[in-house]
Amino acid sequence: MDVSVIAKEIKRDDLLHMYYYLKLTRALEDRITALYRQGRIVGGVYTSHGMEAIAVGYASALERDDIIAPFHRDMGAFLIRGFTTGEILAQYLGKRTGPTKGKDGNVHMGDLKRGVFGFVSHLADNMPVAAGAALAFKIREEPRVVFAGTGDGGTSRGDFHEAMNFAAVRKLPVVFFCNNNQYAYSTPLRLQMAIPNVVDRAKAYAMPGEIVDGNDVAAVHLAAKRAIAGARAGVGPTFLEFKTMRMHGHSEHDPATYVPREVLEEWKKKDPIVKAERLLKELGYGDNASFQEVTARAKSEVEAGVEFAEQSPLPEGPEVLEGVFADKADSH
Amino acid sequence: MTTMAQATEDVSYLEAISQALDEEMARDERVFVMGEDVGTYGGAFKITEGFLQKYGEWRVLDTPLSESGIVGAAIGAAMMGLRPVVEMQFADFISCAFDQITEVAAKNHYRWGAAVPMVIRAPFGGGVHGGPFHSECPEGWFFHSPGLKLVAPSTPYDAKGLLKAAIRDPNPVIYFEHKFLYRRIKSALPTEDFVVPIGKADIKRAGNNISVITYGAMVHLALEAAQTLAQEGIDLEVVDLRTLMPLDKETIFASVRKTSKAILLHEDNKTGGIGAEVAALLAEDCFDCLDGPIVRIAPPDTPVPFSTPLEEFFLPKPSDIIAAARKLAAY
Repeated sequence: MDVSVIAKEIKRDDLLHMYYYLKLTRALEDRITALYRQGRIVGGVYTSHGMEAIAVGYASALERDDIIAPFHRDMGAFLIRGFTTGEILAQYLGKRTGPTKGKDGNVHMGDLKRGVFGFVSHLADNMPVAAGAALAFKIREEPRVVFAGTGDGGTSRGDFHEAMNFAAVRKLPVVFFCNNNQYAYSTPLRLQMAIPNVVDRAKAYAMPGEIVDGNDVAAVHLAAKRAIAGARAGVGPTFLEFKTMRMHGHSEHDPATYVPREVLEEWKKKDPIVKAERLLKELGYGDNASFQEVTARAKSEVEAGVEFAEQSPLPEGPEVLEGVFADKADSH
Repeated sequence: MTTMAQATEDVSYLEAISQALDEEMARDERVFVMGEDVGTYGGAFKITEGFLQKYGEWRVLDTPLSESGIVGAAIGAAMMGLRPVVEMQFADFISCAFDQITEVAAKNHYRWGAAVPMVIRAPFGGGVHGGPFHSECPEGWFFHSPGLKLVAPSTPYDAKGLLKAAIRDPNPVIYFEHKFLYRRIKSALPTEDFVVPIGKADIKRAGNNISVITYGAMVHLALEAAQTLAQEGIDLEVVDLRTLMPLDKETIFASVRKTSKAILLHEDNKTGGIGAEVAALLAEDCFDCLDGPIVRIAPPDTPVPFSTPLEEFFLPKPSDIIAAARKLAAY
């Protein structure tokens, strides 16, 4: 089917909204990479370069009260959920104004009020947690959905399978996804699993699954919408495999020389931003001038964020002692 | 011991846990239980017997055999405003959920401000011929992990009051319930609602000569030893920690300042156990008032053995306490 025919199911404003967040994600992460290279960011930098369509596509398909348990290359989801560029940059710079107040770095941030679970480095740890949030919705009979994912490597962990199994048995309103970007750090997919497609893992749990072009924001958005609708209707969990490619190293310190250059060249042609622009042009929703205007708007939002983060105070040493225990629990 | 104006018939330690859970589920509809065989079967030890009929399958959830998945799910439900109580069938199996407990539950609030109000009930301890996988005392693993509260009651009163406090606490609490005590220890309980505050130790026997600082089933061994020793003029003070994290340093220090001598007694392996930490605290804060060496009584650093003579050798005995106290009294 011609891509634009499917994409017509998405409203013009929604597509333009997604396009803006693709550009904002790219601009923000490019700026973070630049700051890292200048030595101004301590710690790791994990970007979603080349994979931006996944988080932007699914996060824009969810309702405000739904919950996201993001993969660590899902910057677009944080942005769509209202994390400002300033907060995110403050997080990277270890400032007190970041979502973790300097307690944690980079993409290890979350906020229950904005419905985003804090990312845990032990990959797939948030999958059972996501199933538990979905369990709460099921127990309380709330029409809310959880969207939770990991990478291809993370799907080898027991917690991934325990979450899939539990959610399937109890028909929980959760959508599990995998950002299959071909490499877990340096380990290629063929050394990660003996099956060709990650989606095959879902069969063991009698869970419906779908392979989606992870570089096509419209395809991601529509697949997410379908899975979310099923979860909200009480059908139970779905598994989505977003096929994509990690265009940078695992972290910005990693030149990823283990990836054949010709593979990267091939994937470069499928860049999600280029793909989105082609689609917008095809639908008559945008042209080069409007794209440039969006680029400029995204860049200025990033620069405002840099200014905010740089002017923000670092935490004081003794703040390390705060927050080990909670005085009260919130209701969500 | 706590005195009560109104009291029930004698209630076992096991019944006290069951009552606490039942009353909290009736009081607060956010409270639910999940774990292996907690529903139809009523739990491996029958703590949740009858709960499924009373509260239904969405508040008493039989789960797949999947400790990490269960604890992870409880964390998610807790963050969404529910109050999960997970039954870890045997505390030993908690190792399968170690990652979720230490990396997710313990750190969430510190890292990004998300409170995790959940309880993990962990039936622990030996003396029941359970062998290396059904008799373990794993509290030391979690004692070292900031963000978790740990409690270990020794009486029906404390068992009921601490479980209620744990369920009402906004933090992840691991509730170590001692299997040996389930049907062996009974006492009358107040009829009205009560909690035992987390973080408060209890003097189970006041005495002037030696402080025995302990918790769980070992409290009863210390009390037994104290009776024998009283006849020879050695007056033990038995401090029941009740909460292992956060430790009630004030009560520990006050007791040792009074008696000037300390025995640390526990059922967990000796090396790196809670006794080691208390010994270090006493060395730091009470050095001036100590009139003898700090003594530790704990099992050797081996897994818990199965065969009767091996397990008897392994576990601390009243005679160990008596011998140590005599030596310390003469010091």
